[in-house]
Amino acid sequence: MKRIAIQPQDFDVAAELAALETLGGGGVASFTGVVRGGGGLVALELEHYPAMTQAQVERIAEDAMARWPLLGVSVIHRFGRLEPGARIVFVGTASRHRAAALESCAFLIDWLKSHAPFWKKEHFEDGATSWVEPRAEDDAKARGWGA
Amino acid sequence: MLTIVYFAWVREAVGLDEERVERPAPGSTVADIVATLAARGGGHAEAFADPARLRAALDQRFVGMDAPVGDARELALFPPVTGG
Repeated sequence: MKRIAIQPQDFDVAAELAALETLGGGGVASFTGVVRGGGGLVALELEHYPAMTQAQVERIAEDAMARWPLLGVSVIHRFGRLEPGARIVFVGTASRHRAAALESCAFLIDWLKSHAPFWKKEHFEDGATSWVEPRAEDDAKARGWGA
Repeated sequence: MLTIVYFAWVREAVGLDEERVERPAPGSTVADIVATLAARGGGHAEAFADPARLRAALDQRFVGMDAPVGDARELALFPPVTGG
């Protein structure tokens, strides 16, 4: 199973996990990314490259399925304006082996950060805005998985 | 014609989501197009002053700045991605 969704609306984590659990693998791992508050942040605006995003995330999911024996991969990435506490991204993997489920989940979220065409803009309560800069450690984590 | 699409602060600096330009000379690279755009001045100069801050895709595939444009239909120019 490969499920990729690029959407503005929220998603149901329990339903996504339940779908992975039905694949008979015995192991399901997941990561949910949530907008971090603090520092006067009122919203995060996620822009993406609509013509590219779906195909690129599919390629990333296929990379994971080629590297690990997976029965299922789900990736959901939201775009648009998201407030602190809102879910941004979900990655779920199902496998017969826990190491494959856990490692591929970590790979997918690292790879999404550095290989999916999304950009985040922060909006603050004083009206200021700022484009998020990539973090060197995120690039290093992605490189750690090899090209 | 070649369609160029912009994202994030590159889009804001240029002031356009996309534009169409004459096809570049054979053998031109992404970097050559960026240099041509920067030479226009104004928002383009601001957006493209420092190519090291830019990333690119040709027909929706990431490429390096030294990639030949070839017969690609769409060039995208944008900052490093920050999804996830």
